[in-house]
Amino acid sequence: MRQSKVFELIKLKFPQVSEEDLTKAVIVPQELLPAVANYLKGQDLSFDNLHCITAVDRLERIELVYIFYSFKNRQQAIVKVYLPIDAAEVESLTKFYRSADWFEREVYDLFGVKFLNHPNLARILNPQDWKGYPLRKNYTNPNLIRKP
Amino acid sequence: MAITEQIPGAEFIHKLPGGPVVLASTEKIFKWAKSSSLWPLTFGLACCAIEMIAAGASRFDIDRFGAGVFRASPRQCDVMIVAGTISVKMGECVKLLYEQMPEPKYVMALGNCAISGGIFYYDTYSVVKGTESLGIPVDVYIPGCPPRPENLFFGLMKLQEIVRKERHAAK
Ligand code: SF4
Repeated sequence: MRQSKVFELIKLKFPQVSEEDLTKAVIVPQELLPAVANYLKGQDLSFDNLHCITAVDRLERIELVYIFYSFKNRQQAIVKVYLPIDAAEVESLTKFYRSADWFEREVYDLFGVKFLNHPNLARILNPQDWKGYPLRKNYTNPNLIRKP
Repeated sequence: MAITEQIPGAEFIHKLPGGPVVLASTEKIFKWAKSSSLWPLTFGLACCAIEMIAAGASRFDIDRFGAGVFRASPRQCDVMIVAGTISVKMGECVKLLYEQMPEPKYVMALGNCAISGGIFYYDTYSVVKGTESLGIPVDVYIPGCPPRPENLFFGLMKLQEIVRKERHAAK
């Protein structure tokens, strides 16, 4: 199945989604994410593996990037969710994919995205009492020396 | 005579009628013995540790300098070779290990990361800027990224020199 075919199938079911020009990723509105994930995991597409979650700080928004993989069809699908930077909250996918647990904790730790209904949203890499989210563009820390 | 000059501590051996005798102050002998038997801590943090491991293996053989007994507990060591990048989280652990070592203790900073943060000096939130910024005094700095085992040996010989020149043998 081609990537464009995957997009068409998702578009058929959820008309609100769109396609990003450069990356051909599927852009999903924030509130639809659990439903889309459920659909991706289901019989039609069988994306049985959540491969990776990461995020990009674009200053005015945070882009969450989900990479799904289907072992059956040997294919991956990239889903993006745009979040406003001052209210970066999205539903957790731990209900559908258990691998989401640690991925979401990592994104929370480094980008400060809150995953709602996550079973244990604690920092995973930095010390528990760490302040701030280091991979945000506006992060500062007395120990962090910017290259002149 | 040429051979005895090459062995460490040769300056203590004097030839007198009846055979060679060792003649020195006990303090000198003590320091010489201490410098020839350093016990490093089994402790590596990043890529520089690989060089330290190579130095410990047969090809380079750190045992030639009497510093080959890597101990797995800080309580049995007197040299800490800080080999690698110290992350903020690991920094607490390094401090704890240093505190646990009995006196006399020496610290060698192996590699740029352990000296100053190295390539992680700029734009990194998670790396400590060198061993000294943790409040641990460093006796020998060995620059390089990574330093070769020979550099480590050079540093080790410098450390032996420091130990031999100490004011009090029982530091
Ligand atoms: S100095 Fe270079 S080789 Fe050594 S730990 Fe740092 S980055 Fe690795």
